[in-house]
Amino acid sequence: MPYFEDVKIGDRREIGSFTFTAENIKAFAAKFDPQPFHLDEEAGRKSVFGGLAASGWHVAAANMKLLVANFKRESAEVIARGEKPVVSGPSPGFRELKWLKPVLAGDTLTYASEVVSKRTLESRPEWGLVSFLDTGTNQRDELAFSFIAQGFMQRRPTKTA
Amino acid sequence: MKLTFEDFKPGHFGTFGPHHVSREDIISFASEFDPQPMHLDDEAANRSMLKGLSGSGWHMCALLMRICWDGFIHNIASAGAPGVDEVRWVSPLRPGDDLTVSVDVIETRESKSRPDVGFVHIKNDMRNASGQTLMLATLPLMVLRRSAASAS
Repeated sequence: MPYFEDVKIGDRREIGSFTFTAENIKAFAAKFDPQPFHLDEEAGRKSVFGGLAASGWHVAAANMKLLVANFKRESAEVIARGEKPVVSGPSPGFRELKWLKPVLAGDTLTYASEVVSKRTLESRPEWGLVSFLDTGTNQRDELAFSFIAQGFMQRRPTKTA
Repeated sequence: MKLTFEDFKPGHFGTFGPHHVSREDIISFASEFDPQPMHLDDEAANRSMLKGLSGSGWHMCALLMRICWDGFIHNIASAGAPGVDEVRWVSPLRPGDDLTVSVDVIETRESKSRPDVGFVHIKNDMRNASGQTLMLATLPLMVLRRSAASAS
């Protein structure tokens, strides 16, 4: 993960793919979203989704899972080069989350993240706030999921003598 | 008879929970979906901006769904939710928190394209036992109109 100063508006990267299975859809739903069409194939088929459908929050959580895996990969590469990895900060939230297409058992979403805006923070001079358009696209190339994510990113330390 | 679009009016709708969140719950969710040190490891968490072990923000979203499902969504003629307008992670989720969700109806609007449903825009305030807001979420619910619900 780069420093705040290294991030450019328009930068886009694919962060990975996640396959939703009947098993992982039901496991998530049983804990957090036990609506019949997330738990039972027959109920899913009879629903507006037309099949066993993943909870929208499962679709969002899978995005986070891939982001963290991606971040860890990048940090390992930085450490392998003998450099110090940059620390990521917490996020203040998100907006404009859209569940655009049902995600059914067997679907694979490929997630991507694009920088849409960035700003420095007077209250936290060591951090900047970056906004991303995060998307999930299914194997039929249909946009199924998107939202505007926000994250604090460390500013490049100013060199001192 | 489940609640339909016509049953929702602007104003306070209800407060739901409490729902207990254990340390194991926080670590279990984070291990699967958000394995950052601040959600898994006390020492790393103490050094983080959040100063102590905290739950993933996405865990809070999933818990919002669960608390609202148990509290009222199971009892409405729901047609799903198209998305979320905004979520603000205000304060960290901590091990042992007992969460409640206070739900206000902001506005209700009939769908222009679908005569069988309406949109109920709600604001959810997720709080811990001491009343501190942890997360604010505003989103539209799609709810069947009474005529459509009684026909089905």
